[in-house]
Amino acid sequence: MDLYEYQGKQYFHRFGIPTSPGGVADTVEEAVVQADEAGYPVVVKAQVKVGGRGKAGGIKLANDPGEVRQHAGAILGLDIKGHVVKRLWIEHASDIAREYYASFTLDRPNKLHLGMLSKEGGVDIEEVAATNPDAIAKLHIDPVEGLSQEAAHRWVAEADLDEAARDEAATVLVRLYHCFVEGDCDLAEINPLILTTDGRVHALDAKVTLDENAAYRHPEWEELAGTDTDDEREKMAKERGLNYIGLSGSVGIIANGAGLAMSTLDVVTQVGGSAANFLDIGGGANAAIMASAMEVINADPAVRSIFVNIFGGITKVDEVAKGIIEALERVEIRSPIVLRLDGTNAVEGRALLAPHLSDRLMAESTMLGGARRAVALAGEATQ
Amino acid sequence: MSIFVDERTKVVVQGLTGGQGRFHGLRNRDYGTQVVGGVTPGKGGSDVEGIPVFDTMTEAVEATGADASFVVVPPRFACDAILEAAVAGISFIVCITEGIPAQDEALTYNRLKREFPQVRLLGPNCPGIISPGKTNIGITSGDIAMAGGPVGIVSRSGTLTYQALYELSQQGIGQTTCVGIGGDPVPGTNFIDCLEAFEADPDTRAVMMIGEIGGSEEERAAEFIGAHVTKPIVAYIAGVTAPPGRKMGHAGAIISGSQGTAKAKMEALEAVGVAVVANPTEAGERMVEVVRALG
Repeated sequence: MDLYEYQGKQYFHRFGIPTSPGGVADTVEEAVVQADEAGYPVVVKAQVKVGGRGKAGGIKLANDPGEVRQHAGAILGLDIKGHVVKRLWIEHASDIAREYYASFTLDRPNKLHLGMLSKEGGVDIEEVAATNPDAIAKLHIDPVEGLSQEAAHRWVAEADLDEAARDEAATVLVRLYHCFVEGDCDLAEINPLILTTDGRVHALDAKVTLDENAAYRHPEWEELAGTDTDDEREKMAKERGLNYIGLSGSVGIIANGAGLAMSTLDVVTQVGGSAANFLDIGGGANAAIMASAMEVINADPAVRSIFVNIFGGITKVDEVAKGIIEALERVEIRSPIVLRLDGTNAVEGRALLAPHLSDRLMAESTMLGGARRAVALAGEATQ
Repeated sequence: MSIFVDERTKVVVQGLTGGQGRFHGLRNRDYGTQVVGGVTPGKGGSDVEGIPVFDTMTEAVEATGADASFVVVPPRFACDAILEAAVAGISFIVCITEGIPAQDEALTYNRLKREFPQVRLLGPNCPGIISPGKTNIGITSGDIAMAGGPVGIVSRSGTLTYQALYELSQQGIGQTTCVGIGGDPVPGTNFIDCLEAFEADPDTRAVMMIGEIGGSEEERAAEFIGAHVTKPIVAYIAGVTAPPGRKMGHAGAIISGSQGTAKAKMEALEAVGVAVVANPTEAGERMVEVVRALG
């Protein structure tokens, strides 16, 4: 789960990472109130989950209420790479002496924590990484050991941060590491981490991605949730707890497991069709989940056929079959359904469905055969 | 021969008395796996259809001589279960649990590496391992596998592991061992571990490798193949048409660069002589040709 900048900063606060005073605003008037409170000059910042806000005109400096009105009015509703700005973050403008970059993430190949620190932070960090990788001091951290204050001190020296910034930067890094580990982040990133003209170090931005698998031990995350998609299908799927991504084709896809679901999209494309969605019902899905999946697919007006591709492992095919029957009884499914069911309890599942088979509910014995049938039914070309 | 496990492997199911543990533990036993015990704290002394249940892994290992465990417990208990198995002297741990926090996985992996370097963890979030005709530890349907070799399978995706087994069995090609390594951020066993073991196994004469988008495990496997693997490999990478995934901020872009896409993985594998195919069915068909060429 990606956080907005303001949520990321609030999350940083829990771990003692300093940020600028500020607040959120959803209207021009609220923006003025927040600016008055933060103290002028202020920065008006678009809250969108996409990079390049500044270059798109989503970040502006304001010296007085009139300028806040002008910029807030211009930024609210602005479309930044397909993300429409609905909320602003207003904070006191900092006097920036230097901009650094700091982040922690998991280095998957090496199975260690990876810290990255650079004295060349700011908007062009990706370019720095590409053209001058030596400007980024990488630190591998064994999760068993963690990051000590001493190691952080050596690291800021290695990264050649300004002398004046080193003590505070080391402290911020240790806190950011705690945020990353105890806060269950996939990514905790500060760009830029600034040194102010009066010698303080704090986070001017926050990019935080939370690991949703850890939600059970973070009740405080509930307030951060909420859908930020404008896709009605995705909202509906999320409400039902389904792993769904909307696409633009006409073959609705339901599969179990991300790998099989991705492979099903591949095969549907290879036989000349196009998928309306990615939908993984997950491991161990029961009848209720399957029925919900059918309803979400059915609500998509672009869907002209549905391909259910299940290879049971921990998911039991008879449960899937019950879900399909339940969905058929509960709602009228507009599109013909092609089933391909294999794996755990497949014999039982196929037996349950046998009396329901018709020209609206068809069984195919292979994945490729099922894809061809579903694509043909959707009226798309087959190979 | 098989890799990692065989018919002599003795398995304790951690979580045997739960719904999934019972179902899959009994199914593994029906397949022929030596399921010698189960562990559920507080239920020691009882049994599940004749399989004795113990309170702790240490008791279970002492009483049964088990050398492997099958962890089928909820995410919040899974890492403790893995470590408990290691402490008890288990050398091969299969964890099928889905949804373990990445921080817990990273910590557990590194603790095992330091304190129990002889232990191999398969998973988490994997379907397990099956050596057809010998043993099946995990959630794979045994009836889709075919004994006798000569192909070894290694796969990152659970359901595509089953699909791969199915495609080969449909073509009349048996498997020596099929290993599902799982798609989580910190897998205990990776492609390279399996490729190395298959290369060393005289009965495995060809390998099917199933990857997917994200991470760089396939690219690293390609490097390993180029340097160390002489046996023919057929590979399929899922996700050519998948929508772009979540980009993990700058840090993700910095680490992965152009790596992680299906195209990058396919090119890396093709460059070291792997036969890369477009879908699981083609993978089965191509393997028929490969096996025929082996004579």
